[in-house]
Amino acid sequence: MRIEVNGDPQDITGPTLADALTELGWAQARVATALNGDFVPKSARAQTELKQGDRLEVLAPMQGG
Amino acid sequence: MRDFYGTALANPLMLGTAQYPSPAVLEAAFRASGAAVATVSLRREAGQGQSFWQIIKGLGVPVLPNTAGCHSAREAITTAQMARELFETNWIKLEVIGHADTLQPDPFGLLQATEALAADGFEVFPYTTEDQVLAARLLDAGAKVLMPWGAPIGSGLGLNNRYGLRTLRAAFPDVPMVIDAGLGLPSHAADALEMGFDAVLLNTAVAQAGDPVAMARAFALAVQAGVVARRADPMAPRDMAKPSTPVLGKAWL
Repeated sequence: MRIEVNGDPQDITGPTLADALTELGWAQARVATALNGDFVPKSARAQTELKQGDRLEVLAPMQGG
Repeated sequence: MRDFYGTALANPLMLGTAQYPSPAVLEAAFRASGAAVATVSLRREAGQGQSFWQIIKGLGVPVLPNTAGCHSAREAITTAQMARELFETNWIKLEVIGHADTLQPDPFGLLQATEALAADGFEVFPYTTEDQVLAARLLDAGAKVLMPWGAPIGSGLGLNNRYGLRTLRAAFPDVPMVIDAGLGLPSHAADALEMGFDAVLLNTAVAQAGDPVAMARAFALAVQAGVVARRADPMAPRDMAKPSTPVLGKAWL
């Protein structure tokens, strides 16, 4: 299915958010996720099913003021 | 010194981690500043996030994640939830921006987000103006710390509204307050602490100085001076002159 990951279109197999992170190479990374604007805790990733057109945000620690 | 949600800071300085010429300069400047808190953010993972996290962990101080760039309560709330998981802290520097040029807080969105986050167990550091009514509402909503601005973010103008800040400080004598944003010089930081604020938060003034490490050191000295001066109970200013040399005994010439 095609979803949007951090603003870019990506084809992923899924079906869950945890699967998508593995496909994208972020399985072990320190990241936080939001799906269609809502926070998805790490503990819920394996139960969160993705669907065509979903907007996934994968955020990491970054410099800030 | 008043504490921040139960955490007493060794130094009343919180330092941002953005805009340094290199990670090495960031680390050196941070150590030279003696800052007791590091502010951080979350951004889309593009490969640098993991190494940045290692640098921050190495600083050995509590981190204060921000919601910089959020323009609505909803965005800020989601960002705060992500920050809590990512940085493993209930602290959140809550920014809900209301205007693109001044980056001043949107008081309505800020209040709404503070209410929701405090109810959800967050320890909110709301980035606010010197508005006393808004301050009271934020405290009612569950904030136990306030972060009034000195001047617009990144402007380096110092304490833009001294009257307003003095009034705010006097109105809530027991509330820990951090002057956040707009400081450009160590003298601005000393000024804020002399006025009775509990800490200052800055980033650009150090990161964008010609020599960030030297400027960090200058801020370290300034916050020390400010704290000692405050404890020493500054004299009250007056409008007219008053001779310091005794008048009595002056020769009749």
